[in-house]
Amino acid sequence: MTPDLLYHIRTVVYLSASITFIIGLKQMGNPATARRGNLIAAAGMILAIIVSVFINVKKIKLDNGLFDYVQSQPPAFVYWLILAAIVIGTVIGWFTAIKVKLTRMPELVSMFNGMGGACAALIGLIEFHHNTDNTGALVAIVLGMIIGSTSFSGSIIAFLKLNGSMKKPIRMPAYNMINTIWLIAMFAFGAYMIFGGSSSTLLITLLFISALAYGILFVIPIGGADMPVVISLLNSFTGLAAAFGGFLYDNKVMLTGGILVGSAGTILTIVMCKAMNRPLFNVIFGAFGQNNASGDGVAVTGSIKDISISDAAVMLNYSKNVVIVPGYGLAVAQAQHVIHELEVLLESRGVDVKYAVHPVAGRMPGHMNVLLAESNVDYSKLIEMEDINPEFEHTDVVLVVGANDVVNPAAKTDSSSPIYGMPILEVDKAKNIIVNKRSMNTGYAGIENLLFYDPKTSMLFGDAKKVLSDLVAEIKAIG
Amino acid sequence: MIDQILEFIGTHEEMIFFILLSVFVGVEVISGVPAILHTPLMSGANAIHGVVIVGAIILMLNLEPENTIGMALGFLAVVLGTLNVVGGFAVTDRMLEMFKKK
Repeated sequence: MTPDLLYHIRTVVYLSASITFIIGLKQMGNPATARRGNLIAAAGMILAIIVSVFINVKKIKLDNGLFDYVQSQPPAFVYWLILAAIVIGTVIGWFTAIKVKLTRMPELVSMFNGMGGACAALIGLIEFHHNTDNTGALVAIVLGMIIGSTSFSGSIIAFLKLNGSMKKPIRMPAYNMINTIWLIAMFAFGAYMIFGGSSSTLLITLLFISALAYGILFVIPIGGADMPVVISLLNSFTGLAAAFGGFLYDNKVMLTGGILVGSAGTILTIVMCKAMNRPLFNVIFGAFGQNNASGDGVAVTGSIKDISISDAAVMLNYSKNVVIVPGYGLAVAQAQHVIHELEVLLESRGVDVKYAVHPVAGRMPGHMNVLLAESNVDYSKLIEMEDINPEFEHTDVVLVVGANDVVNPAAKTDSSSPIYGMPILEVDKAKNIIVNKRSMNTGYAGIENLLFYDPKTSMLFGDAKKVLSDLVAEIKAIG
Repeated sequence: MIDQILEFIGTHEEMIFFILLSVFVGVEVISGVPAILHTPLMSGANAIHGVVIVGAIILMLNLEPENTIGMALGFLAVVLGTLNVVGGFAVTDRMLEMFKKK
């Protein structure tokens, strides 16, 4: 086949892959078609990768306005290297994705996002030398490298924060100032690399390192509760970095894929911020914790009241309706199956059971729905916040399992609280509240929860799985 | 420098329009998605930007074969890009499996 024919074949495949990305993303927005959408996009991606390996043709514009198509054939060992790299990546990626527990998924997404960012950054780092005389290409290289590296190191920090290795936000004095200056200096440095005519390996490596450092500086002060927003933002960064790669190689499938994710990721970030009532600006510039002093200083009145398993069992068994509020604690204890057992048991006793799912319950929006769906909880029993809030005043018992900040009334009443203004599940309106927690430790936002001191609240301390299993056994005994 | 920028815009005219339209498609495709699908959607989008692997492949195919450091870094880039693609789609599929109709 002639090079121009090969080039056109590749163009058709790239076009098809771009369409699968758009259709895939669209279908992922609807529960009924979501899985198919993901598979369609994956199929498009495989095709795009295959033609990229086997069709290496450049389109060059000639002086007379026509195009020339130049095919180049690298030595065979390059193909073997690429094949080996793809096999290694596939095996590791596949097994990590399959083996990991569903509760750990948010941090895994962050990790994979970081890998994409690093890939984009490496492309920029290597291509710099080939393009020192081409300003347009340098713009794409330098920006792609800065954004890719920031996304990589930022994602790794987000990963560490989500898996608990780095729980407290680390704030240097005047960190906002340092970060802003760093950011400006980095882009100034980048501009110098583009327009200054430098071809120094040392300088481009320094820029690479300073972008890695910026990613760390950017994410390290942000609290764990805001990580979903940060990951979503870094996700759109990586999209942008991929798009710059597309610009560099004049590769349309990289451009469409990258820009789609860049813009979709930005919108998703904004939507998530809205769900948590946290302006993006506050997330990045750290309103959480800045007024921590006043948050800790909330006057706590009243005392904690314990309840025994048997009392709790009686209370649940003889109530008309129960609302379960699942939180991350439930996920950590792997208690999603036993909570379903409890729900089925109570229903068999004529109790109406529902789940109240906060938009950010778990570690990411929708995370809790995934976990409960895993244990076969009926989809129609998961009620979203806006719909369940008016029902709480008619609810006999609310059972809070491992949730904290999302039920903290301080979000509505205490304007000095760091979570003030966040929409919450208004469980304090219910007739009785049972809270299962491992200990009196504060939640992810690191603040006291006034709900626990409410006279209507009883605390049921212990590991969620154990406590719920005991409850199930106790309720069975009542029958 | 202004000349360079203007010339750049002029020579990449089609590309710039193309980017503009893609941005709107991305925004349009995401709007109105229920909160419960935010995590899988983020994960799916995450897999799609793995398309950056195509760049890593092009890089390796066109690198001077004797550039060992370049090859090593390119190899690493392809591994990382594959991780992003394969891991991304596989994790998304696992999440969405949970939403299947019973």
